[in-house]
Amino acid sequence: MELVDFLQLLVYGVVYGSILTLGAIGVSLIFGILGFAHFAHGDLMTFGAYAALVVVVALGWPVWASIPFAILLTAVVAIAIDQTIYRRLRRTAPVILLISSFGMALVLRSVVQLVWGPRDQVYVSGIQLPYRLGDIIIRPDHITIVGGAILLVVLLHLFLQKTRTGKAMRAMADNMDLAAVSGIDAERVIMWTWVLGGGLAAAAGVFLALDTRLHPTFGWHALLPVFAAAILGGIGRPYGAILGGLIIGIATEMSTVWLEPAYKPAVAFGIMVLVLVFRPTGILPGRR
Amino acid sequence: MASGLLAYAVFFLTLAGIFAVLTLGLNLQWGLTGMFNIGVAGFFAVGAYSAAILTSPESASRVGGFEMPFVVGAVVAMLLSGLLALLIGVVTLRLRTDYLAIATIGIAEIVRLTLKNESWLTNGVRGIPGVPRPISDEPLVYLGVVAVTLAVVYLALERAQHSPWGRVLRAIRENEPGVQAAGKNVFRFRLEAFVVGSMIMGLGGALYAHFFGFVSPEAFAPLYGTFIIWVMLIAGGSGNNRGALLGAFGIWLVWSATEMLTGRLPAEWVTQAGAIRVLLIGLLLQVILLSRPQGMLPESRPKPRKKKPLADG
Amino acid sequence: MKLLHIDTVYGGYGGADILHGTSLVVEPGEIVVIIGPNGAGKSTLMKAAFGLVKIRDGCVRFLDSDITRLRPDQIVRLGMSYVPQERNVFPSLTVQENLEMGAFLRRDDYRPQMEKIFELFPRLKERRKQPAGLMSGGERQMVAMGRALMLDPKLLLLDEPTAGLSPLFIDHTFEQIKRINGLGIGILMVEQNAKQALAIADRGYVLSMGRNRAEDTGRNLLANQEIAEMFLGG
Repeated sequence: MELVDFLQLLVYGVVYGSILTLGAIGVSLIFGILGFAHFAHGDLMTFGAYAALVVVVALGWPVWASIPFAILLTAVVAIAIDQTIYRRLRRTAPVILLISSFGMALVLRSVVQLVWGPRDQVYVSGIQLPYRLGDIIIRPDHITIVGGAILLVVLLHLFLQKTRTGKAMRAMADNMDLAAVSGIDAERVIMWTWVLGGGLAAAAGVFLALDTRLHPTFGWHALLPVFAAAILGGIGRPYGAILGGLIIGIATEMSTVWLEPAYKPAVAFGIMVLVLVFRPTGILPGRR
Repeated sequence: MASGLLAYAVFFLTLAGIFAVLTLGLNLQWGLTGMFNIGVAGFFAVGAYSAAILTSPESASRVGGFEMPFVVGAVVAMLLSGLLALLIGVVTLRLRTDYLAIATIGIAEIVRLTLKNESWLTNGVRGIPGVPRPISDEPLVYLGVVAVTLAVVYLALERAQHSPWGRVLRAIRENEPGVQAAGKNVFRFRLEAFVVGSMIMGLGGALYAHFFGFVSPEAFAPLYGTFIIWVMLIAGGSGNNRGALLGAFGIWLVWSATEMLTGRLPAEWVTQAGAIRVLLIGLLLQVILLSRPQGMLPESRPKPRKKKPLADG
Repeated sequence: MKLLHIDTVYGGYGGADILHGTSLVVEPGEIVVIIGPNGAGKSTLMKAAFGLVKIRDGCVRFLDSDITRLRPDQIVRLGMSYVPQERNVFPSLTVQENLEMGAFLRRDDYRPQMEKIFELFPRLKERRKQPAGLMSGGERQMVAMGRALMLDPKLLLLDEPTAGLSPLFIDHTFEQIKRINGLGIGILMVEQNAKQALAIADRGYVLSMGRNRAEDTGRNLLANQEIAEMFLGG
């Protein structure tokens, strides 16, 4: 393989990986604090992408400007779902929550389809003029995606390290019982978990739509790679999800050298199974 | 009018019966043994396609023309689903529930991708037509075939549930460390339940293929292939086979009702009818989970012994 | 007014009762120790006071409030803090962050309190930026106690604070408990190292099979031959 092709695939991989990272961080946060695998996460991504579409189409804003709106709306929806449904199932087995979230995935998806229709859509039609770095092509959208992801990850890091609620979130993920004993307000932390999880999912959805196109099921199809990324990084460890997302993204794109592009999701799956069998705690060193 | 109603009733009962077979298979895995399989669609599809490929006539675009009898197709369907389950199970059954669930989604995805892409075998998205009915084309006859199959599966599972094997499975679900301590190979039991459950799903797939005479990847999308079966099991009452039957027929009734309701919508809504029905059934699941998670027929079993806390000072 | 009054409680973890009409009193500023054989229900009794165990019958009063039905996060607001025996720190958080979490409920500036705790545990001040999970057993115990002290409690519940520690650290920990008590904070602790615990205690309770067996001053219990043979292991 030529160096140029390698680097080009690397570019695609980093872009896709950035998207997966944002989704995987949310999944890890939710797993660490709420204790279940959130099967509706892909469809939260879908919802976020379509929320941005509203602003782009109705107000004519550029896509990047619509992201805060998408984040806000999706965070609110996530909190609403938790308050009406998941909250009442907290005392039951995590499997029940899993099943419920599977159902919520379908609810979200069908709402999206009812409101926006079943066909593919794009934010802005027309072809973008790509940048060229030597022979390597980089679309402006790629820069938005990776830059946006970096910004959001930095903001998340600051939140987790510097704010009281962020520290409480890390504390709860470490040791739920001790957090209760210390007086940490679990419901408040849980609400913020949905804000972060839902918000990051929305951004991931917008970026995914930028990279491909909007479709009511495109978030669901991203669920498996997102989970794979979260598991690779160590589920429940948001910082691990960053590494996990990039690795899955790059590996998926690189695989097209010898694998049919249609089977890309299988790459994520394969890596995930390997991790689950040989090192279920994820590739990062440390406890759990 | 009466004959139309009768025809619809036969259609309804046959399809409900097929889903009942699938639900029974899932009950063996989840209800009895506590394994969370969200990849039902994968085994369902493997079964359906195996039967379709083996029994359909010659085709220019793919491998075919075996024209095997129904029984051969069904048996191979069960074997291949079982084999897939064995391969996956060996690798993933030691995982905890969440991870198993995610892994099974992956399986279903890969099956779906294979079905869409390996057109030399499956005809890709075009699907495989011409799957014949056994014995005769008469719908009533096929209803009989499905009913007999369902009865056989049900009785076999009831027998199995009350057998020593079934009791060990139940014990594993309630108290795995205890069973392990008693010297039983927990993994082997779970694998057996997983494989047999998947074989039953494969059989359901074969029945499905012969019913419609046509298979395509879209029929096994997660909604129809997996989710609806889960709703059936939960609504009916997981852990017991009668509940699985009741849930299958009950939810199929609800699902068909939503079809009739959305069929009355004005024209511009009809294309969205599918999405409305999905929304309804997704919400129905939430309602069930919140109000009566044990289903219509809760499992009657002795109250599980609470886990004793470790002795403290 | 008693600091803590556990009055004839029956309860357990949901199945059979572990506590059979057990009672206990802590006066303000006292050190009270609970001793007894394994499985006696010592930790359970303490957890019952903190709302971690279901009380079927009986009542628990803290100062003049009935706290029988309250949850731990409600009880901690009233001025009682609890240090579990195991898993008693947040491992991925630094020492300082652990203390900050202890202060989560404070509306005011927690830093003066944190300084006081660093005075009590100078070693923690040196290691304030280290993740608590990387510390030794003894140091972790200090972090755990420090976390519990951030809310300036009137009563501190300690579940086997010297379990698993080296002899040097055991002495050190009992020293620190005395110093904490010297600040006016009541201490209720469960201990397997009964002799050393009774030596610093004002009073002690002996529990066995979920029932009170004996109650006396620390000194008297130490001197009691019968108790020594049966429960103190010589």
